[in-house]
Amino acid sequence: MSAQTLYDKLFDAHVVRMEDDGTALLYIDRHLVHEVTSPQAFEGLRIAGRKPWRTDTALAVPDHNVPTSHRDQGIIDPVARTQVETLDANCREFGITEFAMDDIRQGIVHVIGPEQGATLPGMTLVCGDSHTATHGAFGTLAFGIGTSEVEHVLATQCLLQKKMKNMRVNIEGVLGAGVTAKDIVLAVIGKIGTAGGTGYAMEFAGSAIRKLSMEGRMTICNMAIEAGARVGLVAVDDTTIEFVKGRPYAPEGHLWDQAVSAWKQLVSDEDAVFDTEITIDAASIKPQVTWGTSPEMVVAVDDRVPDPAVEVDQVKSSGMQKALDYMGLSASMPVNEISIDKVFIGSCTNSRLEDLQQAAEVIKGRKVAANVKQALVVPGSGLIKQRAEELGLDKIFIAAGFEWRDPGCSMCLAMNADRLEPGERCASTSNRNFEGRQGQGGRTHLVSPAMAAAAAIAGHFVDVRNF
Amino acid sequence: MEKFTRLTGIVAPLDRPNVDTDAIIPKQYLKSIKRSGFGPNAFDDWRYLDAGEPGIDNSTRRVNKDFILNQSPYDQSSILLARENFGCGSSREHAVWALTDFGFRVVIAPSFADIFFNNSFKNGLLPIALDAAVVDDLFKAVDGKKGYQLTVDLDQQKIITEDNNEIAFEVDEFRKYCLLNGLDDIGLTLQHADDIRTYEQRMKQVTPWLF
Ligand code: SF4
Repeated sequence: MSAQTLYDKLFDAHVVRMEDDGTALLYIDRHLVHEVTSPQAFEGLRIAGRKPWRTDTALAVPDHNVPTSHRDQGIIDPVARTQVETLDANCREFGITEFAMDDIRQGIVHVIGPEQGATLPGMTLVCGDSHTATHGAFGTLAFGIGTSEVEHVLATQCLLQKKMKNMRVNIEGVLGAGVTAKDIVLAVIGKIGTAGGTGYAMEFAGSAIRKLSMEGRMTICNMAIEAGARVGLVAVDDTTIEFVKGRPYAPEGHLWDQAVSAWKQLVSDEDAVFDTEITIDAASIKPQVTWGTSPEMVVAVDDRVPDPAVEVDQVKSSGMQKALDYMGLSASMPVNEISIDKVFIGSCTNSRLEDLQQAAEVIKGRKVAANVKQALVVPGSGLIKQRAEELGLDKIFIAAGFEWRDPGCSMCLAMNADRLEPGERCASTSNRNFEGRQGQGGRTHLVSPAMAAAAAIAGHFVDVRNF
Repeated sequence: MEKFTRLTGIVAPLDRPNVDTDAIIPKQYLKSIKRSGFGPNAFDDWRYLDAGEPGIDNSTRRVNKDFILNQSPYDQSSILLARENFGCGSSREHAVWALTDFGFRVVIAPSFADIFFNNSFKNGLLPIALDAAVVDDLFKAVDGKKGYQLTVDLDQQKIITEDNNEIAFEVDEFRKYCLLNGLDDIGLTLQHADDIRTYEQRMKQVTPWLF
């Protein structure tokens, strides 16, 4: 057999049947479900009188709408409450396991999958959420789907898919101190643009990726979608297998041994050919800060906000100007002079234990600046929150003036009460800086947890490397 | 799903790249558990000057008269023209439901985000990707005449302009078939239930830890 990429291997192993035009019926091993994109799918099943094909592959959790404080009082917003209750009811009716709001295992859907071992190497995994690419960090073929496809997977355990093209992004060499996985992925998006990966499965490789923890790899795959790629991937290695071992949903005993020997094959063959390949020197990557309303509008922290007047492409230039107007920034101003109103540490990009530890390290013994109105830490799951408290991280954050919240999506997309007011500027560890993403009129700057922590202390962006 | 065969309609120009799904339907409306009723809040942040919440009567809100979809005859348009990377961002199918509920059946742009592109076909909305230069020409034509119309013929895979120029476009065979016939692809997949069971039997041997 000719050399294959990791993506090709995963895809081929899941083809149930192939149509002449190259459309495959692809089998799905794991289906993660949340409250926002599932109600219409369950409703569709009911209307058509269909049953789920296999309920044991589905795992549901409310995350987008849940409050991150005073949870004992339930959800105040009646519309949000209805949606969460609808998920509870649908899971009961159709026999799907759910980690409900009061379950310690509840958290952001892309955090709990790996945490529970429900995300395994070699699987196909889908969820009605674009950041499903996160799970690709495990050598899992994972991608986001829409609600019609959620219904399709529930009803048939399959999806209709065409093969994507293969792209490899090599990050070679050693990362500088204070530079994290988040900076890598922002730098990649800055280089190839938000549509640079459209139509591709994007494998992240190279010595700098190999050295990353699973948390770091998840951060990178999480934002593959921000580069346009539905699929992000990292090959399986010992780090992957160590992480999965012993988790509640992971195989045990002889099945574990059998699985591990299969998982070790989940790498791109040495002579596999990629349709596109780029290489970035890890040492050249600096801490990144986005300045605009698209993740590709990003610069290094020691740089300046770009000037639309020097952009020759007219469409681009006017897009830049629109972004600057929305963000309330002027061309050419130094990034480290941008002062902030709020700080958000959380989201499926950066809410895992390692992220909280990196932020806490910067914050320890310091205080949030007086001009910062609110600084939030929202752990990715109840179990992460518990573990962080065992390590005393909550005390560090609270002593500095941060609020320590319950797990959920929170101010990543502001569907609950956590949001920016019009004009407010936020240093955020989330993944999208679109207009209004964190609240109507809100201004989002995407950064790493360490950079968000440093900005909280300084009151403006600063280079965490000399902070 | 509603069939799509041939349509003539007014083209609304939305001259922006990277129109994301947060802009098409802001998140506060995603709390709905229905598929319909999103049209009045399509592009909510751009259409209204004050903030919107589900349940608010939109007729009491301040309308942004500068926004194209608030102007006649574009409030009646069924074809949306935009720049590259249309529909980027979240997987929310609500974005497609908002566009169709508003009355759009076609979106023309140089490129689309993958998930949005997929979602469109499942809801009778036809996304057409054309060369950036061709899209640019269409913007010029639309800017040059108020209420400019196009005809989109899916079976023939062509767009016919007001002065009878024809622009060919690509569409996947299977998707075209489903759209032309208004077919639900779950039903089509279930015709292959035996293949799915055979696959499962085989994989129980190969990857038993997944069953
Ligand atoms: S944390 Fe943000 S990006 Fe992640 S699933 Fe929740 S809303 Fe989506």
